[in-house]
Amino acid sequence: MTTPSDPASLDVLRQRLAAVASLDAAALAAEEIAVLGRKQGELTHQLKALATLALDEKRARGAALNALKLEFEAAVVARRAELAHAASAAEARDIDLTMPGRQLWVGTRHPVTVVIDEIVAIFREIGFAVALGPEIENEERNFGALNFPPDHPALDMHDTLYLDPRGAEWPVGERLLLRTHTSPVQVRVMRAGPPPYRVVIPGLAYRNDPFDASHAPAFAQIEGLAVDERVTFVDLKATLTHFARRFFRPDVKVRFRPSFFPFTEPSAEMDVSCAICGGIGCAACKGTGWMEILGCGMVHENVLRNCDVDPERYTGFAFGMGPARMAMLRYGLPDIRLLYGGDMRFLSQFGAVGR
Amino acid sequence: MNVSRQWLEAFLRRRLDSTDVAWRLAMLGAPVDAIEPVGVDLSAFVVAVVIEVRQHPDADKLRVTLVDDGSGTISNVVCGAPNVKAGAKYPFARLGTVMPNGMKIERRTLRGEVSDGMLCSARELGLGEDHDGLLTLETDAAPGAPLTDVIDGGDERLIVDVTPNRADLLGHKGIARELAASLGVPYRLPDIAGEAALDLPTPARFGDEAPVGGIRLAIDDRDGCPRFLAGVIRGVRIGASPEWLQRRLAAVGVRAINNVVDATNYVMFELNQPMHAYDAATLRGSAIVVRAARAGERITTLDGVDRAIPPGTLVIADADRPIGVAGVMGGRATEVTNTTSDILLECAAFDPVRVRRARRALGLSTDASHRFERGTDRWGAVDAFRRCIRLIVTVAGGALDGPAVDCFPAPTHPPRIFLRPSRVAQVLGVDLSWSTIENQLVAIGATIVSKPDDGRIAVDVPGWRPDITSEIDLIEEVARLYGYDRLPTDLGAFRPGLREDDPAWGVMERIRLALAGHGLSEVVTLPMVAAAGAGAAKVLNPLSAEHRVLRDALLPSLVRQVEANWAMQTADVRLFEVGAVFNLAANDGVPTETLRAGFVVTGSRAPAHWTDGGTARAWDRWDALGLFRRLIDLAHPAATIQVEAGEWIARDAAGAMAGRCGSCLADAPPWASAVFGGEITVAFDGMTTPAFRPLPVYPAVTRDLAMLVKVDQTSAVVTQLLTDRGARHGLESVSVIDEYRGKALAAGTRSIAVRLVFRSAERTLTDPEVEQAIVRLRTSLERELDVTIRST
Repeated sequence: MTTPSDPASLDVLRQRLAAVASLDAAALAAEEIAVLGRKQGELTHQLKALATLALDEKRARGAALNALKLEFEAAVVARRAELAHAASAAEARDIDLTMPGRQLWVGTRHPVTVVIDEIVAIFREIGFAVALGPEIENEERNFGALNFPPDHPALDMHDTLYLDPRGAEWPVGERLLLRTHTSPVQVRVMRAGPPPYRVVIPGLAYRNDPFDASHAPAFAQIEGLAVDERVTFVDLKATLTHFARRFFRPDVKVRFRPSFFPFTEPSAEMDVSCAICGGIGCAACKGTGWMEILGCGMVHENVLRNCDVDPERYTGFAFGMGPARMAMLRYGLPDIRLLYGGDMRFLSQFGAVGR
Repeated sequence: MNVSRQWLEAFLRRRLDSTDVAWRLAMLGAPVDAIEPVGVDLSAFVVAVVIEVRQHPDADKLRVTLVDDGSGTISNVVCGAPNVKAGAKYPFARLGTVMPNGMKIERRTLRGEVSDGMLCSARELGLGEDHDGLLTLETDAAPGAPLTDVIDGGDERLIVDVTPNRADLLGHKGIARELAASLGVPYRLPDIAGEAALDLPTPARFGDEAPVGGIRLAIDDRDGCPRFLAGVIRGVRIGASPEWLQRRLAAVGVRAINNVVDATNYVMFELNQPMHAYDAATLRGSAIVVRAARAGERITTLDGVDRAIPPGTLVIADADRPIGVAGVMGGRATEVTNTTSDILLECAAFDPVRVRRARRALGLSTDASHRFERGTDRWGAVDAFRRCIRLIVTVAGGALDGPAVDCFPAPTHPPRIFLRPSRVAQVLGVDLSWSTIENQLVAIGATIVSKPDDGRIAVDVPGWRPDITSEIDLIEEVARLYGYDRLPTDLGAFRPGLREDDPAWGVMERIRLALAGHGLSEVVTLPMVAAAGAGAAKVLNPLSAEHRVLRDALLPSLVRQVEANWAMQTADVRLFEVGAVFNLAANDGVPTETLRAGFVVTGSRAPAHWTDGGTARAWDRWDALGLFRRLIDLAHPAATIQVEAGEWIARDAAGAMAGRCGSCLADAPPWASAVFGGEITVAFDGMTTPAFRPLPVYPAVTRDLAMLVKVDQTSAVVTQLLTDRGARHGLESVSVIDEYRGKALAAGTRSIAVRLVFRSAERTLTDPEVEQAIVRLRTSLERELDVTIRST
């Protein structure tokens, strides 16, 4: 055993340090105990022996010993990792790593949900919040408050499913129905408090339509409402054009055509340039180069009045679209009934990352 | 609305391209759904000039001609028509052309003379019955020009999608007016071919009663019929309409019936004013009365159906009986037939609501009811009436018996509306000049009564626009005619709304993401089903028995989807749905709506892997319970799970049922594995912010404990007792880690094992402390629950 005052002992330790990198696992374990062990380790021993030295010698030799200790520890850790890696590589040489891994079921959200979430996210960026409402509504909120005159042909656009009153007499306007659009939620939002309103409203709507390749008696709708002072038709066009560019593609072309809805005036339909033919005209767009995407308009004065909003002070716009149709366009679905079934072969196609 | 391109061309006195018309109409709010060819396609024919005509050497009736069709080659053409002349131009079918009758033109040799093509008559082109000779073309067009450049060839039918507010677009005049505005050209009524010279004074104005041609006309129901014009025409000769009239009606898809009926239909499709002609000889009591139907009245309508008329329905009657349902359909008893010689022509305005109710009550929708429901122009009725009389006299002869009459008991004018240019700017967001606004209003036929005064102008609305009743309607017209696309699209500043998201939305999103993350697929099923529980809400007017009640739970629909998957040989099904269910409230029978989330699983718990020999473990009830627990954490944290009658029931703090979970009955094929599912009511008020608990500082000590319990003793009782008694010994958690049932155990017993974790917040527990705790807990178990500890 060397003595603390023997400078040669440091050189010996340095040699042992250099040798660590070529030790095998057993020798490494032994060497770790022999040098760093808490009771018999050579370095431990020398560090303890420092106490017997003079102050200046203690300082110089202590620093050297401590640095050596750190180096030794690091060398042991590195060599151990190296040996472990080599061992596992050796083990792996005997395994067929091309065998398939254990898989997980990949769950999916519904394609219409994916589209709705995306629409909501875009409108959220420009200050809209999500509002919801019940699917059972009364005639007043579904039609009357929304400026459908009684016995008007506009009602023919909404084949309504009424609920059985079970012998009870529901007064006119109070008759219960399955909402034919998400617009009664507009009425609920406006009646709940004063403007400004800036909401998007996803939900199911119902029509008495036969269940076929292009119709479903219940279908997703999403609509929006923005009412404040100085909201104009230009804001409507700007907001929905922005939406189209975000949802479809930045260079999409948009056009607004006049239309008619009882609850908006002026009313419009928004078309976007056909994604399939790029606007030249194809079967998907019936040769027009345009795809009809949503209906919109300035909230009708009568609707605002019916909701106790002063139309001379406040103006606003509303819009509505069918996410199922947008999902069908995006994913190229031939039959809307696919969206109302639980066929795993269909649903599991929507688990990939992407839109 | 079916629109004839040629009819529009007659209004605008110019040729139109249907594709351009379709685009213009779309941009004015009346999109064209389809453009269909009507009649024959003449695009293959050209103009040709006959250079020389000579007699066929071997056939008296044939001539041999030299024809220049502009192709550069002069063709030898044999022709049978007597009127062929050198120097004249005729339609020419080159070799290869297919004639409207299907015949293909090929080189032929007629008695030794070669014929390379055919000069055509009007009939051969399908343009009428005139077969007297070739169709002579009076044109400057050069030989070779397309025939369609010089004659009115095939028509086209535009199927226009007219919104319910635009009554005026249900006549060609209304469509022509829009096009004229778009093109910046004038329009006027087409001329009637061979129009009879007729002195036709303005019908004499009466109140609610008038004599007309010896017949008494009376309006008994003024609300239902604000105006009624009538004239008696005697001496008509019923027969087929002239070819041009038949062609117009065919182009809009209306069958020609006879000259009088065709004339009324023509005016309806031109001016949106339905009319009706009665055989005057069949009117009993020489009277025609507009009144409400009385109880028990019936009518056989023109379609031959005998119908009961609901009392109160507006009818046209003679002295004895209803002879027509006002605005819907006339009666068979008084219809114009081949033997009719005298007619009474009706041109009336009816209350749209009354017509709509009658149409719905009778289930009888007609071109007339469609128009009356949307509103006809009661002020323009006089012009329509006079045009129809002229047309009838022109095509069927006859003469008015005395003056026509106009019963207008309460004369009114179209509305006058005040428009503020400032309001136009407030709504549209652009400052349009006064003259721009005026131009758009003039284009729709409105009259500007005053220049801006007081910041507003007075506008008289045309009678054919019943939809324009207020200032905002005029603003829409200004924007529509100006062009939506000319308005800017710059996104300006906005105030964000002050509402937060509906709380249900966040919960729904969390459920969807979590269950999809656990490998389940979201499904949307129809909320209307064939059958549900006793408290289910019924649809009053379902379209099919498959969809007649509203679901009162999600699980049954999800199980149906599992069965549908089995039918497709899919064994592994993992579905969830988030949606509303409906129940009738117990007290008043009013349906209530609840948001639910449900799931169903069957088949393999994970895709099969080779390490398991290709068979994967199937989903079991304990998996389902785990998913159920997850749903509760997400959707109803205040709920607790209890075992009730063989399934797990979730109950909220008040004890009300919040959900259920267990195995599901399904119509399963032999190879299918068991189905498990769960469903829970989504609550929005139980969401709490997690409270931070400091992380443990001292180590835990773990001990396992196996015990024999009676088969009717639950693990819950055991773990509850351990939890309660262990708290003071530092017992941190208890979990069941094993169960064993087998013959090795005493009858009526099973073995369960639990893992106990002890920990102190203040110090490291010593082994003797833990051993002592175990002894105490063993004693409690043995004394209080009579269980036998097997090992520690």
